[in-house]
Amino acid sequence: MSAPAAKLPLWVEVGLIPLVNVAVAFLVAGLVVLFIGESPLQAVRILLWGALGFGEGIGFTLFYTTNFIFTGLAVAVAFHAGLFNIGGEGQAYLGGLGAALAALALDRVVPWYVTFPLAICGAALFGAAWAFIPAWLQARRGSHIVITTIMFNFIASSLMVWLLVDHLSPAGSMQPETRTFAAGGALPELGPLFGLFGADMGAAPANISLFLALFACLAVYLFIWRTRLGYEIRATGLNPTAAVYAGISTVKVTLVAMFLSGALAGMMALNPVLGEQQRLQIDFVQGAGFVGIAVALMGRAHPLGVVLAAFLFGMLYQGGAELAFDMPTISRDMIVVIQALVILFAGALEHMFRPGIARAFALMSSPQRRRLAAGEEAP
Amino acid sequence: MNDREPAAAATEPAGPPAIELIGIDKSFGAVRANRDIHLKVAEATIHGIVGENGAGKSTLMSILYGFYQADRGEIVVRGRKVAIASPDDAIAAGIGMVHQHFMLVDNFTVLENVILGAEGGALLREGVAMARAELTRLEREYELQVDPDAPVGELPVGLQQRVEILKALYRGADTLILDEPTGVLTPSEADHLFRILRQLKEQGKTVILITHKLREIMAVTDRVSVMRRGEIVGTLKTAETGPEELAELMVGRRVLLRVEKAEAAPGAPLLRVENLTLVDARGVKRLDDVSLTVRAGEIVGIAGVSGNGQSELLEVIAGIRPATSGAVFLADGSDLARSADPARRRQGGLAHVPEDRRRMGLVMAFEENESAILGYHDDPLYRSGAFLSREKVRADARDKIRRYDIRPPDCRLLTENFSGGNQQKIVLAREMERGPDVLLVGQPTRGVDIGAIEFIHRQLVAMRDAGKAILLVSVELDEIRALSDRILVMFAGRIVGERGPDAGEGELGLMMAGIEQAGAADGRSGPVVPGLALKGVPTR
Repeated sequence: MSAPAAKLPLWVEVGLIPLVNVAVAFLVAGLVVLFIGESPLQAVRILLWGALGFGEGIGFTLFYTTNFIFTGLAVAVAFHAGLFNIGGEGQAYLGGLGAALAALALDRVVPWYVTFPLAICGAALFGAAWAFIPAWLQARRGSHIVITTIMFNFIASSLMVWLLVDHLSPAGSMQPETRTFAAGGALPELGPLFGLFGADMGAAPANISLFLALFACLAVYLFIWRTRLGYEIRATGLNPTAAVYAGISTVKVTLVAMFLSGALAGMMALNPVLGEQQRLQIDFVQGAGFVGIAVALMGRAHPLGVVLAAFLFGMLYQGGAELAFDMPTISRDMIVVIQALVILFAGALEHMFRPGIARAFALMSSPQRRRLAAGEEAP
Repeated sequence: MNDREPAAAATEPAGPPAIELIGIDKSFGAVRANRDIHLKVAEATIHGIVGENGAGKSTLMSILYGFYQADRGEIVVRGRKVAIASPDDAIAAGIGMVHQHFMLVDNFTVLENVILGAEGGALLREGVAMARAELTRLEREYELQVDPDAPVGELPVGLQQRVEILKALYRGADTLILDEPTGVLTPSEADHLFRILRQLKEQGKTVILITHKLREIMAVTDRVSVMRRGEIVGTLKTAETGPEELAELMVGRRVLLRVEKAEAAPGAPLLRVENLTLVDARGVKRLDDVSLTVRAGEIVGIAGVSGNGQSELLEVIAGIRPATSGAVFLADGSDLARSADPARRRQGGLAHVPEDRRRMGLVMAFEENESAILGYHDDPLYRSGAFLSREKVRADARDKIRRYDIRPPDCRLLTENFSGGNQQKIVLAREMERGPDVLLVGQPTRGVDIGAIEFIHRQLVAMRDAGKAILLVSVELDEIRALSDRILVMFAGRIVGERGPDAGEGELGLMMAGIEQAGAADGRSGPVVPGLALKGVPTR
């Protein structure tokens, strides 16, 4: 018998509540900074300046944001089907293989805008395939998807080491990475766009895959909320028994949702592989798959929320790096602590402030609605 | 402990009331579940609390038993103000509770269950010996016979309830709260329970009986308080009131307690079920050779105590789970028993109002208009290109809201924010509006307020009169008798008999308990041991 869930306006759901959570996280993080003898205000100033204060900083922030949008969307889509996809890390890693194979095959023959769509397909397919195996095991054999997707991260990691060391690295190279792609395998950077606003992006690697990420948000929104399959996915996630009653195939929903989730995670690889490095390197995902979980939680599995949360984490990553540089007492590990606090408050404790905010809104709403609510006590 | 004449308890109480609640307020978020409740329960009486689902009965009792804290107000026990912050406090104040869903460990014996949480020391030995003596005393005093060494899971439901009562008494309860105690009982088991309650009253105990069944209130209570929308709207002496007055108080307007319907005019069979058997994963036969026919223009009711295979029967016919053997035919003739495909059933003209709308019939977190197309979301009616058309779905929902008087009339509201009765109307509108040939209805009025019950019953009769076949499952015997043109009684997964709508309650009650076998539809005979068949009844 829980308190009835009042329906809150969208801007509260994906805007205000996450903001309150983040504010509290920063407050606690500030206490930690104070504890080690630095000024929290100064730290925030450096962090914000590092993330947004100059062209290159913004470029890096947007680069990280792109990664997190993809992995956040991946987790969000699975959430809607009631599935917890912890395997974004491995799916993105395999997605990198798909993207790199397309680039290696085409970069010397065609221009980037021909390679790009094929690399998208490669990344999406490889990521999707990596998610599809745990999905199939879940749907047909009942193996719990949380366990299998975690395990598949390790398998992906070992598989990629073997491929990069023994097969994909050019002859004579000791580096576990592919050769650098030619111009036909490199995505245009956002530098010229920055130039239009009079900013200089410097060496920052933000590239056009940011627009692909934003397009993916729109596509996910339309798919989840406007299509029949999306309806079936949401019904299954919210009430599996009712979905079976309605004749919805749980197997189909599990497979489709995980396939898409894996595809989105896989597409994350385009940003670092084709955009930043123009080669496939070992361990290039660097935890983005796991950050995606926090992003999806914080963004309440809504594409708009995912974009905002991804941007916040992008800022934390970039600003945090600057902070570690400018304030020697705040080490790289301190930054991880701050990020962890944000994940804690925005993800794990996301419901802490919700009831209070819901109550405040109920009191502010019209008297008619209040009367109506009062008549409907949960039994 | 009680120096008053028990017989005088029904009149004016002499001493301080056993329980007095003063100005209790409780809100959940924006919802005020209890507002300014004042209630006096005289000692050594049976005090009924009636109200529709959602009127605040359970919340009030949860406050009294310490599950919730009141936002405001006082609890006074025997003239002494007490703070009840947990069930432990309630027990210390002499208040015991028998829950609707039993809180028993199936694998423990009766004795072990009774002492659970009151073992009295680190070592069991002494406590057990003392408990055994105490249990014997309690059994003698209140006629609560039950074998202390029987594992609870093997006892019939009625006896399990007795164990719950013993548990409360063992902890020294002077006041017993019973929350919808007869929901899982046959009529004769319910009668037995009432005898026990009267016995408790004569021994000076106070009983608070929460129920939505007016018949029970009239049968056993001394006084009755009626709740509506979180408030107590009246406390009456039972002897001076009647079901009509209570119903009116509960709903706030006059209600018709009877269903008016003309003689049935059955036509061709629209649903045939032949020798249906279902063995579950644990090897238990849930359905045993069930055969039945429902014809156009009739309502066939299935009576039975909850958990005797009715739910499984509905699920197999609706295609939610496949049968182990047997056949299900709709009018078009193909056998559907082995295929678990609800979508195909819908195409074949079968609609299903499931027993549990919260768990199965609706997606609580969906907006009303989304819940209103569940199962029909593939209909081209709602499409616009590759997308589901929001406009079409909402227009359709608004139309149904208007015609079924669903309140509040807002198709964008979340399903869970509608009251039980209105949620049921959402399901009914969805399943009935397509004019299915066959309608399966499970517990159509469970947790539904009296006003909506009237409406739902009228809709079902109207559908019957329009020549549809309706299979009705309900644990409310009154409902079965009021609506059905034929009554089949299920017991232990079998149909044990068929009766007309005028069959007596006593006769049906005995059949529901598996005691009488005469006139069994399938011609089987042989003794049935009630205790055996009732054990392991799922109490969900």
